[in-house]
Amino acid sequence: MNTQDIIAAVEAVHAGILANEDQIESLDRAIGDGDHFINVRRGCEAITAIKAELLTLPPAQAFSRIGMKLLSTIGGASGPLIGSFFISMGRDLEGSPEPDEKRFARALAAGVQAIKSRGKAELGEKTMLDVLIPVSRLLLRLVDEGSDRDTLCAKLKQEAEFNMLATRDMIATKGRAHFLGDRALGHIDPGAKTSQVALFAVCDLLTA
Amino acid sequence: MKKFVNDVEQLLAESLQGMAAAHGDLLSLHLDPTFVTRKQRAPSKVVLISGGGSGHEPLHCGFIGKGMLDAACPGQVFTSPTPDQMLAAALAVDRGHGVLFIVKNYAGDVMNFQMAAEMMLQPCATVLVNDDVAIERSTHGTGRRGVAGTLIVEKIVGAAAEAGASLQQCKVLGDRVNSLTASMGVAFTSCTVPAARRPTFDIADDEMEFGVGIHGEPGRRRGPVRPAQQLVEELLNAILGDLHPKPGSQVLLHVNGFGGTPLLELYLLNHCANQVLQAQGLKVARTLVGNYTTALEMAGGSLTVTLLDEELKSLWDAPVHTAALRW
Repeated sequence: MNTQDIIAAVEAVHAGILANEDQIESLDRAIGDGDHFINVRRGCEAITAIKAELLTLPPAQAFSRIGMKLLSTIGGASGPLIGSFFISMGRDLEGSPEPDEKRFARALAAGVQAIKSRGKAELGEKTMLDVLIPVSRLLLRLVDEGSDRDTLCAKLKQEAEFNMLATRDMIATKGRAHFLGDRALGHIDPGAKTSQVALFAVCDLLTA
Repeated sequence: MKKFVNDVEQLLAESLQGMAAAHGDLLSLHLDPTFVTRKQRAPSKVVLISGGGSGHEPLHCGFIGKGMLDAACPGQVFTSPTPDQMLAAALAVDRGHGVLFIVKNYAGDVMNFQMAAEMMLQPCATVLVNDDVAIERSTHGTGRRGVAGTLIVEKIVGAAAEAGASLQQCKVLGDRVNSLTASMGVAFTSCTVPAARRPTFDIADDEMEFGVGIHGEPGRRRGPVRPAQQLVEELLNAILGDLHPKPGSQVLLHVNGFGGTPLLELYLLNHCANQVLQAQGLKVARTLVGNYTTALEMAGGSLTVTLLDEELKSLWDAPVHTAALRW
């Protein structure tokens, strides 16, 4: 993986988010405060704007720069969470100029761990972690087993979809939705939805 | 929802420029990163910085000036500001006696200010305001929200900082005022985030959201609208149930409008609240009525009570000169 791949992935995620605007917005209006889509879109645009600068950096520094840029652009709770995710991935990849799949899987796990610590959240609290934690665990296992790329992407997408849908039956204990108590039941978490959309975009890019 | 907008992306910057122009004697605006400071740098003292999503005007920029805040970092509408804003603001106003962040207890605000504090080179401390009693204290979740009581923390700690209190003293005082302050509100209508174009929540003409937050987020329950006197009684029951004031205590009563309710009704709320507090044997020693912590154009309002002692009363009375609060 090189920085060109990272940028291609960011662009794919950006397109995926835009294509799912209506669903993400309506989920956030139902149990959030209506700004999730706008914030994520603003973040994607900010990364696209520094594309030329990113291309001069190795993957570790590119991730770190993306994280700092998102941290100063997105705001809200998403900013520090998504920012910490990329900054930690960058830190983990330090010294790996061309990380392979195994190396990347470990970095992704470090990024997910950073979201957990920053947000003080665990599995089952109706947040983006309900998609990211199982996907990251499965990725570690699949690269360990030497799974081919098509199978790997198909399984990751399946895992993301299943866990995104499962947030529908959860009561939120973190994030804006926790003010709703029982009233959040029956609604998919917008952060889990965006995470699933992002993962689908990257997997589709890799298997295109 | 019809709004005054040119380009929604520029709404915040244009509004801040208008505010800075309206208060050219008081405020300096910095863009990229965005923060607002006092025009005249404060004397040698601890500096107070607050911030949060926009849409709550005059909170926080309207409280910058002598006797209150030194700087504020406005985020996008209902979106927390970012750590680079806080770091730049701190660098601009720090006088070498430390920086006190005053933060409303919302996950985004807490995380962004936390990351700024981790990156700060100057000594700093944070007062977390969580006066909203609609959300019960619990070990789960983010806990109680910071709402209209934030103004009271900013005013009282601002007066102490102006009088030369140390960073540690300001931090202890801020935590104490927060623990003596409780709020709760009711909304009759939703609000519309300009970029989202649609109302944040749906609510019927005859319904109210009891215990609403300052972004139109839900509170305790949805129910039919009832007479003001009953609403005030219920709000004050929750507030006093949290504060447990001793009979005869002196209190500060703050009636806050959310942006879409006329002063006519806010003064009516004040009348009802005075009756209820007096009936409970409490003395309303100080009062503030008006739209101070708003939620865009949401109709509704909140009540805040702070238990006072002589020290807090004199800090509340100390001179303040800001865009939205001055005496």
